[in-house]
Amino acid sequence: MSEKQTVDALTKFTLSRHKDRPGVRDYVSHIFTDVLELHGDRSFGDDPAMYTAIARLEGIPVTVIGHVKGHTVQANIASNFGMAHPEGYRKAMRQMKQAEKFGRPIITFVDTPGADCGVGAEERGQGLAIAENLRDMMGLRVPIISTVIGEGGSGGALGIACANRVLMLENATYSVISPRGFASILWKDPTREKEAAQTLRMTADDLLALGIIDEVIPEPEGGAHLDHIAAADVLKVNILKNLSDLLEKDKEMIYNERYEKFRKMGQYKIIE
Amino acid sequence: MSELFKDLFKKAQYITIPDSIKNLPDSKKKSKEEVSSEPKIVCTKCKKEVAPDKYAVALRVCPHCGAHARLNARDRIAMTVDEGSFEELFSEITSANPLEFEGYTEKVEKLRSQTRLNEAVVTGRARIHGEACMLAVMDSTFMMASMGSAVGEKLTRLFEAATVERLPVVIFTASGGARMHEGTLSLMQMAKVSAAVGLHSDAGLLYITVLCDPTTGGVVASFAMLGDVILSEPKALIGFAGRRVIEGTIGKKLPEDFQSAEFQLEHGFVDAIVPRAELPEKIALIIGLSKGGEAR
Ligand SMILES: [Zn+2]
Repeated sequence: MSEKQTVDALTKFTLSRHKDRPGVRDYVSHIFTDVLELHGDRSFGDDPAMYTAIARLEGIPVTVIGHVKGHTVQANIASNFGMAHPEGYRKAMRQMKQAEKFGRPIITFVDTPGADCGVGAEERGQGLAIAENLRDMMGLRVPIISTVIGEGGSGGALGIACANRVLMLENATYSVISPRGFASILWKDPTREKEAAQTLRMTADDLLALGIIDEVIPEPEGGAHLDHIAAADVLKVNILKNLSDLLEKDKEMIYNERYEKFRKMGQYKIIE
Repeated sequence: MSELFKDLFKKAQYITIPDSIKNLPDSKKKSKEEVSSEPKIVCTKCKKEVAPDKYAVALRVCPHCGAHARLNARDRIAMTVDEGSFEELFSEITSANPLEFEGYTEKVEKLRSQTRLNEAVVTGRARIHGEACMLAVMDSTFMMASMGSAVGEKLTRLFEAATVERLPVVIFTASGGARMHEGTLSLMQMAKVSAAVGLHSDAGLLYITVLCDPTTGGVVASFAMLGDVILSEPKALIGFAGRRVIEGTIGKKLPEDFQSAEFQLEHGFVDAIVPRAELPEKIALIIGLSKGGEAR
């Protein structure tokens, strides 16, 4: 562990986007059984960048949601590099509301550079789609566990990450903007990427210290991309541990605890 | 209540002035001589010169093209609320520097003295055409009204207080999005405020947003788009992603009206575009028609 902590933030950011890093489909096949993928937002279409399914986790019925990235260029093009469109966020919310109806806990896997930034996304209300997910996820009465498995890119990540427990893989990152974007905007110098990654405090350890995430999940030596099964095994144990804890609580407690958890986030100053 | 708003709203010595300019702050009511000595005002949209007195009377709306100039929070509140009705809340909250970002503390301090605001949003209790509400006004002169922890906290408190007091919430949005200087903490404010919007809504209460130029990024992807009724000022820029980002993605120029209020109306995301002069009356109308809500 101590050796790994010396890995700098930009290296972790690069690792978090590694093409061989396990994605939602890899984790799903190792962690769940009786998996049935369900498609579409029942309004516009089916977004291949957003995965939604029902399944069992050690026998417990659950709803599974996650951004989709591919291991090859073709697969990445097909899933838009994990950048979901408004219909992707609406598809996720449709499944999350159904999860609440049937009392299924929700397990999400966060892995996106950000929400899609195209003309179609604007025309179909990307802002509204994410906003509704934030409000409605925060209001759900079933347990939600989110894990940032790779890249946690801004609002596009948060759109499926308003959870009772937010876990993060050791080499995953989670940020309001990419290091390059941060350096370009605040320093007008995109080459200061390394410094930006450090300043942004976007690594799992940093975010644990800031109270934004709840747990850091260790990865196999060298990173999750080197051993998908070992990474999935450790993650499964940690999801199960959190789930069994959350299943002890009644619906209102599930809602209240999630509200209070996010309510406390932020650091500000009182003057006078 | 802060000193700033005390001297702005508690004064009783208003002279008789036409209704159209009654709500303008003192700074806009200049005598002829003062007006003529002022620097020339040029409309940022059509680039035509505007006589300062005309401009003030028209609520900072260009008489040539109808463009609505950006307003600071003070001016906006003055032209929106019933005289003397604004009581500022949570003004004691300002930004910390959680990431210890170099220069951020100094920047906030400087803006605090320049704008006489403690943060990029002003929150409080008000009456608009007689209707009581909780009001928030974002001020784009304060770091483009970006949302960091302080803005998020003020808005969350406003929704929570409105829920307890069973009052509608009215927010005039204008923002560049999440405040980068506070990193992921700024991102989390989107979830925090949206949760409070949900709490208020579940209590059967009304929330109106007025999208003003420019409303973008993380503010669009959270509370700005969550109003029961979403109004917009004409020609306001409203969008999730920045124009340059989209142009970079698609590799070509976007049409002039892309992400305008009119574009959003056409695509179904804005209920109505309302000229500035009619906003208070329309807001009061909506409040008056939305009092039958019950807690879920
Ligand atoms: Zn003009």
